[in-house]
Parts: sequence; C-alpha cells; structure tokens
Amino acid sequence: MIEIKGLSKSFGKKPVVENVSLTIQPKAITSFIGPNGAGKSTLLSMVSRLLDSDTGEVFLDQSDVKKMKSNEFAKRVAILRQSNHLNVRLTVRELVAFGRYPYSKGRLTPEDEEHIDRAIEYMTLGDMEQKFLDELSGGQKQRAFISMVIAQDTEYILLDEPLNNLDMKHSVQIMKILRKLVDELGKTVVIVLHDINFASVYSDRIVALKDGRLVKDGPTNDIINSEALREVYDMHIPVQEQDGCRICVYFNSHS
Amino acid sequence: MRKNRTKLIVLAIIAIISILLFCLYNIQGGFSYAFPKRVERVLAMIITGTAIAYATVTFQTVTHNRLLTPSMMGVDSMYEVVQTVIFFFAGSASIFVVSRYLNFGLSIAAMVLFALILYRFLFRADKHPIFLLLLAGMIIGTLLGSLVTFLQVIIDPVEYESLQSRLFASFMNVKTELLLIAIVILVASFIYGYRLLRDLDVMSLGRENAINLGVNYDKIVLKVLILSSVLIATSTALVGPITFLGLIVSNLAYQFFATYKHSVLIVGASLISIIALVGGQFLVLHVFQLSTTISVIINFIGGLYFIYLILKESRKAG
Ligand SMILES: Nc1ncnc2c1ncn2[C@@H]1O[C@H](COP(=O)(O)OP(=O)(O)OP(=O)(O)O)[C@@H](O)[C@H]1O
Ligand SMILES: [Mg+2]
Repeated sequence: MIEIKGLSKSFGKKPVVENVSLTIQPKAITSFIGPNGAGKSTLLSMVSRLLDSDTGEVFLDQSDVKKMKSNEFAKRVAILRQSNHLNVRLTVRELVAFGRYPYSKGRLTPEDEEHIDRAIEYMTLGDMEQKFLDELSGGQKQRAFISMVIAQDTEYILLDEPLNNLDMKHSVQIMKILRKLVDELGKTVVIVLHDINFASVYSDRIVALKDGRLVKDGPTNDIINSEALREVYDMHIPVQEQDGCRICVYFNSHS
Repeated sequence: MRKNRTKLIVLAIIAIISILLFCLYNIQGGFSYAFPKRVERVLAMIITGTAIAYATVTFQTVTHNRLLTPSMMGVDSMYEVVQTVIFFFAGSASIFVVSRYLNFGLSIAAMVLFALILYRFLFRADKHPIFLLLLAGMIIGTLLGSLVTFLQVIIDPVEYESLQSRLFASFMNVKTELLLIAIVILVASFIYGYRLLRDLDVMSLGRENAINLGVNYDKIVLKVLILSSVLIATSTALVGPITFLGLIVSNLAYQFFATYKHSVLIVGASLISIIALVGGQFLVLHVFQLSTTISVIINFIGGLYFIYLILKESRKAG
C-alpha cells in the first residue's frame, strides 16, 4: 500500500503540489486526472523518488520511501515518465532488458530473458525487437518503454500518460493488459490519463487534481458524473451510459 | 557485439604496433641509454591517454553532454594555479615543493575541490544550455590564467625559474619521478571504477530512467566527478595540459562503437587515445621530422573537431 501524507512542492515561489494526502489502494487501477499543469506529473515524480518533496512523506507498506535502498525500491515500484528521450542508440530488446537491471545488474539470467520475452510479447513488439528505437514511430517507441516497465516486474507500476501517441487499438490493448496485470497478477497500477473515458472504463478508483490540490478521490463511479467533473475541469461534461460503461461526451460542450 | 570486439582487437593491434615503433624505431646513441628513455615516455603517454579517455567518457555520461570535458572546464588550469600559489607563498624550498608526493597530493586535492564546486554550480538539476557552460568554462579558464600570470610577474625571479621548470611538462619532458605514483593512481581508479561501469550504462538512459532502475544517481555522479578530476590531475601533473584530447577520443569512440556499454566505450576510447598520442608522436618525430610535440597538433586538430561537433549539434537542434 502506498500512503501519501501531506506532500507539497513549489518551484520557485509557485506552489505546484499543495498538501496532498491520499492512499493508493493495492491491487487496483487508480487513475489520476486533472487539467494541464494540475501537478499530476510532479506528484507522481515525488512518489517515485525522482523528485524530492518540500514537505510530506510517502510510505510504501509503512516504510518511508526516502529511506529505502535505491535498488530495493526499484524492485517494488516502477515509473514511466510522460516523455522519454534517449541520448543513446538502443534496440527495443536492449531497452526492455534494462528493465531487469534491479535484479541482474546487467548480467542477464535465463529467468531475466523470460521476463524480457514476455514483456515484449505483451506489447506485441516481437517483430521489431531488434530494431533501433529511433527507427520506430512515436507509438511504437511508447510501447517499448511500457514494455521495459513491465519487465521490471514490480508490485507498483506508475505510468504518466502512457497512452500518449497511441492509436485507439493500442490504447485499448494497453489498458486491457494493465487490467490483466491487476486482476491476474495482483499488481497495483497508478496511471495519469487525459482521456477520462479510459479512466471511466478501466479504473477502479479516480483521483482528481486541480491547481496542485486534491479535489476528488474515490471509486470511479463517484467521480464520473457531470457535477464532480465540473469541479475538476470547469466545464459541462454530459455523461451517458453505454453497455454498462459511463462515457463522457464533452466534444462540443460549452463551459 | 561481435563487431565491436573485432574493432577493439584491431585497435589494440594498432596501439601495440605504435608502441613498438615508438620504442624501437631507428634507435641511436646506445640502446641502453635511449631505450629506457623511450619506454618512460611511452609509459607516460599510455597513462595519460587512458586517464583522459576514462575521465572524459565517464564525465560526459554523468553530465549528459558530449561536447564538454573536464579539461575544457578549466580543471587542468587549476594545476598551474596550485603550483604558482605554492611557489609564491611557500617558496621552492618549502616542504610543499620539496616533497614530491605532498605536492602532488595537494594539487590533486585542490583540483578535485575546484571541480566539485564548479560542477555543483554548473550542473545542478536545472539544465543550463551548453553555450552557457562553455562560456563559464572559458571565463574561469581566463580568470585562472590571469591569476597565474599576475603571480608569476611579481614572484621572485629565482623562484620563477624553478616554478617554470616545474610547470613545463610535456611529452618531451615527462615528469618521470611521478610515473610510479601515476600508475598506482590509474590502477586504483580502474579497480574502483570497475563496479561503476554498469551503473553508468544505465545512467546513459537519463537521470529519471536510471533512478527508476535503482541506480543511486547522485552518489554515482559525485564518485565519477571525483574520479575524473583525480585522473585529469594526474595526467596534467605528468605531461601538462592537453585540452582537446578527451573530446576527440570520446566522440570518436561514440561514433565508432555506437554502443551504450561503458566497458567497450572506455577501452575503445583509451586505445584510440594511445594510438593518437604514441602513433601521432612517432609520425611527428620520424615521418614529418618536426620538433613539435603531439600535444600541439592534437589541440589544433581537436579545436577543429570541436567546431565541427558544435556545428553538427546546432544543425540537429535547429
Ligand atoms: N521543473 C520545473 N520547474 C518549474 N516549474 C515546473 C517544473 N515542473 C513542473 N512545473 C510546473 O508545475 C506545474 C505542474 O506541472 P505538472 O507537470 O506536474 O503538471 P501535470 O498535471 O502533469 O500537467 P500535464 O497534464 O500537462 O502533464 C506546472 O504549472 C508546471 O509549469
Ligand atoms: Mg504531466
């Protein structure tokens, strides 16, 4: 279980995350939503130790993450950032193999190879595993990075807008895989999404941020309704029921 | 993989041939006199070449740039500053000069300290554009240079004489008394640095990815900055500054091996470095029959290569 207690962060004088406290439910998908600049990425960076918080703590099963060993932490929590640019030239397989680094320290065992194979298969990258990343399309590259995070095989998987650059088919494919990781392997997924319909259909819980503050935190159905969404986005968002799913139809809405 | 191994073997063979040619070619004036002299010189080149290659490649990985080197940021001018300050305030008869090892230790300590302050200031989490770093390096270099000149102008002429002989190191005038300690430092750095190599591979994926994969990022950055300063200090004390060698060999290695593996990059860059120094000096002496040292030529070629890299980079960015 991840517990976030009173996290705050300012850049210069500008508060970006203000006193956010919440508990990430284990074995569930939690979606972070909110407008651009709400502080979602910053919050996720602090939870995953990429960024130091000004105040507040993050606990992973009761232990303060700041005090955990880097390598132990990397075996339990994986993060994929919003944008990923590499200065080195790697093949897809080499990138995915890096996901095993916390375990193998660069000397891959047969077990590592199995994890790598499986992660590549999950993202259907099998036919391009020997290709260099700079030869891939934006979406293919994104899938390679997700593959690396899956190979890392952590209990907690944090993904910052993983559907960036992906077409509908691959977006659905990835959300289904995440569902499978949660339902079958008992992983915990935290995912930042801008497409609230994906959040609505696939997540168990939703956390909404706005101007650095936590404005909503609850089961998906409590958040996906017009009143709650107005608070988050300052915009009228009609919600319709479709095959048992709530779909937001905001495309020509007026605020 | 296999291709890179072949490349390394070919480079190693060329390096060995260069070394043999340098040591044995056209040896005159009594073998027993000339041969040890040449071996000393070649040893100094091997040490310098390896130290600079190692320092530059690791430095560039932790600072995430391929255009700057410790030497270009003024780390090796610091050696002159330390020596001048010691001669100025303590004098050539003082223990700080007479004791070779104390002097050497002081120089290294000062250079490491200077480097750490510089990097703390320049390479913090927020990224500065590369031209700003270069500008800062140039200004600091000029500043240190002026300081040295100023002290040398007002120093006692006799002291100045002995300071000059201390500072005037080159491949023709190797500080042989430092060879042994330089070898010890180099070997120790390699043993110490060996465990860092795989972490460095991960660090070339960028800070965030490295932390995600469990690398203790800040600690390794610090270790590498110290290590690279020690190595540059050692090579500067031995043969004087060679500003652009690191830039040339690291970038050639990146291009030639196209890999993220530091074990390959460092060995490759070191071999290229040895070939450039030993092979280069051989050509200069025996083929072109010039009386200049290879440092001058390397700095000239390195300067041009640097301009080429900058242009290439700006075209990519534009
Ligand atoms: N390194 C930084 N320096 C200064 N300000 C920053 C930095 N990183 C983020 N910010 C600011 O913090 C605020 C929150 O940024 P953050 O990236 O967390 O937003 P976000 O919710 O992820 O937005 P998006 O949906 O666009 O990804 C923004 O206003 C941004 O300008
Ligand atoms: Mg973001």
